Amino acid sequence: MFQSVLFGKLTIESIPYENPIIMGAVGASAILTLMLLGWVTQRGQWGYLWREWLTSVDHKRIGVMYLILAGVMMLRGFADAIMMRIHQAYAEGAGHGFLPPEHYDQIFSAHGTIMIIFVAMPFFIGLMNYIVPLQIGARDVAFPFLNSVSFWLTAASAALVMVSLAIGDFSQAGWSGYPPLSELKFSPGPGVDYWIWSLQLGGIGTLLTGINFFVTILRMRAPGMSYMKLPVFTWTILVTTVLIMMSFPVLTVTLALLTLDRYLDMHFFTTGMGGNQMMFANLFWIWGHPEVYIVILPAFGIFSEVVPTFSRKKLFGYASMVYASIAIALLSFVVWLHHFFTMGAGADVNAFFGIATMVIAVPTGVKVFNWLFTMYRGRIEFTTPMLWSIGFIITFAVGGMTGVLLSVPGADFLLHNSEFLVAHFHNMLIPGALFGYLAGFSFWFPKMFGFRLDEKWGKRAFWSWLVGFYVAFMPLYALGFMGMPRRLVHYDNPIWQPYLLVALFGTFLIAYGIFCQITQIVVSVRNREALRDKTGDVWNSHSLEWSLPSPPPFYNFAKIPHVDTLDAFAHMKEMGIPHRAQAPYAPIHMPRNSSLGVIIGAFTFNFGFAMVWHIWLPAAASLLAIIIAIVARASDEDVDYMLSAEEVARIEKNGASASAHNSAGSSSDLITQG
Amino acid sequence: MNTMSATIAHDHHDHHDHAEEAKENALFGFWIYLMTDCILFASLFATYAVLDHNYAGGPTSKDIFDLKYVFVETMFLLISSFTNGFAMISMHRADNSRTIKWLMLTALFGLGFIGMEVNEFTHLVLEGSGPGRSGFLSAFFTLVGTHGLHVTTGLVWMSVMMLQLHFKGITPRTSSRLLRLSLFWHFLDVVWVGVFTVVYLMGVL
Repeated sequence: MFQSVLFGKLTIESIPYENPIIMGAVGASAILTLMLLGWVTQRGQWGYLWREWLTSVDHKRIGVMYLILAGVMMLRGFADAIMMRIHQAYAEGAGHGFLPPEHYDQIFSAHGTIMIIFVAMPFFIGLMNYIVPLQIGARDVAFPFLNSVSFWLTAASAALVMVSLAIGDFSQAGWSGYPPLSELKFSPGPGVDYWIWSLQLGGIGTLLTGINFFVTILRMRAPGMSYMKLPVFTWTILVTTVLIMMSFPVLTVTLALLTLDRYLDMHFFTTGMGGNQMMFANLFWIWGHPEVYIVILPAFGIFSEVVPTFSRKKLFGYASMVYASIAIALLSFVVWLHHFFTMGAGADVNAFFGIATMVIAVPTGVKVFNWLFTMYRGRIEFTTPMLWSIGFIITFAVGGMTGVLLSVPGADFLLHNSEFLVAHFHNMLIPGALFGYLAGFSFWFPKMFGFRLDEKWGKRAFWSWLVGFYVAFMPLYALGFMGMPRRLVHYDNPIWQPYLLVALFGTFLIAYGIFCQITQIVVSVRNREALRDKTGDVWNSHSLEWSLPSPPPFYNFAKIPHVDTLDAFAHMKEMGIPHRAQAPYAPIHMPRNSSLGVIIGAFTFNFGFAMVWHIWLPAAASLLAIIIAIVARASDEDVDYMLSAEEVARIEKNGASASAHNSAGSSSDLITQG
Repeated sequence: MNTMSATIAHDHHDHHDHAEEAKENALFGFWIYLMTDCILFASLFATYAVLDHNYAGGPTSKDIFDLKYVFVETMFLLISSFTNGFAMISMHRADNSRTIKWLMLTALFGLGFIGMEVNEFTHLVLEGSGPGRSGFLSAFFTLVGTHGLHVTTGLVWMSVMMLQLHFKGITPRTSSRLLRLSLFWHFLDVVWVGVFTVVYLMGVL
């Protein structure tokens, strides 16, 4: 009795100490974490870290923390990927790979969940956190404290996924967690519960971020910045936030219903007793399909910033870019059924969803042609962000075509749940989302940290990724046509094996690409003096974030700029309008940092962990603590302060003197020599 | 002296503008949050519509719903919205003690509503018609229970607001929060009208 109150279902046997692979991964993660903590302690930086970062409500700091989270989780997700490829390459006939089925199933479930929810989402949310307020001439987001809470909810859920490695296990039901497999009867362990709670709590953080940025973009734009003068990245983020707000509540409900099935013996998705399994598939993909566009639209926005900058032209077809984004968003809500054409909804229903799916290719095609026409007759500079963009356009077009192929219900019956599908969605998400984020990362890195990234290593990373992608995924298309289903732990067809070996080789190329990226950051940090951006406008670009010093002061704009045209900063440069604020300055109203975000995050983690293991008392206590924290925040009157005009003047003077050294000429010339 | 007072005036102006802007952002943001909550309820209504005849041999909606009982319950919630309106009028008249009194009355009616709901649920569970009995009952308990959970949250919020009003009075911050609480409360009324119609009325008719 006493033990169940304290530990619920948790026992010492929950730790998979008999599995050397898992224990190795746990040990490595633990050692890395301890080394990092030790390093911070040794340098005496805990106070700095706490005051300036963990408790920060500054959108720029929060953005960087999101990026770090995405980077760490990407290593985990990629480790899963390479294990799957090694396993499948040697799982033919007498060979059985090196993973037992229950472990292999966890790996593909974790890989999908992590890559979508804890890599793609925090990556673009990090970029948008940093860039959107700068692009619209705002000093922060509408709700800075809520922004901090959102981040810590996401971080807590990511931590929950990581803990599942060491204590208990992760879901074996795939990243989409279809019942009845994900029901208690067939998955009695804590794995599905880890999956549920990490998605649920992270999803709430994402929903809050969506609301926050929607309000920010609608209400905090600089004077004069009407909707058709919004930078195109901000436009895609605006559309993305609408998608988040419309789809994430559905995920919340879907997961809650599965939770009730598992915890309170209800019958939403069970076999028998009036449950309906297909309702889960419908609900999941009503969220899941818009989710695909939630991660891809921001990347479209990034390409639309990068391509004109390095083609030295204005973006071709700005208005059509905006309307195409809106059209994609609307259509994304009427295609969900194409994820399960084989459910048996009938020919006319399938035809509707098939045609709706094909129609999405139209606005997407508009975008592709706009990027091509922007490059046409431009003076293209092949910098790293531009390479990612060009690689994306070509690869994404291939993926789009296989998507149109899959949208034909008849063809889908053949290719459903095959390796062809796996190849298709990786072909959309790797170039469509990841290449975009990586382009955005190298494009805006100088803005965030004040120095450029090393071009040589950036280009190496790009070519390894691009070639690696083709080598890893083209064989999977062929395998799909040859009839190989996805998620196979073992197979008896020797013809498949050579293709899987080629795919494995491709994965190693991608691994080299990731190595190049890490090296790129290390090399750039070492050479930061030589790579220093002194102008703030390192690429000679067009939107307002480049009018500020790199990195911008914490209040962003000493004076809120007035916007007259699209590409406001390009206009200022053309007209010779001074873009840096001049004295006299006015005092600036700023929000105070708050430790309640971290505290809410910590209790959210406790709550999730306790719920996974059915430890009800600590779960209730954590929930109560979260409520108390919210009430405490609501009772705190001292949440903001005024930054004096003298202080603003002092900061601006230091920033201005730093940028005075290299004001003449375009520094982008320096980069293209690399 | 002149420049100094000008700076101070500017300072105040900026502060005031910012407070006003923050208040309007909060109100707008809360509206948007309510719309996302609307989608949450829409998903639950859709789930209920899919499962509402999946009795699995258990009781049907005609067996378990008592319209008279639910009508009284509904009246409690509707009246609480009415009294909440009076609280808002008192707030706009800057009458703190009256605002608190009206809020107390609102909370009392809200508590009555929750009490009746808990009573209904308890009876059903004791009769063996709990949420685990059938898909229909799972959907019923979840839809109605989610609304009840929202009302409970509203009651906790209301209690905090009464304390804040008692200690801080009607300030720009407390009145902004009261405005949002009132939106929340009315929103729950609208959702309940949907629940009453779709679940109870259509279930019995």
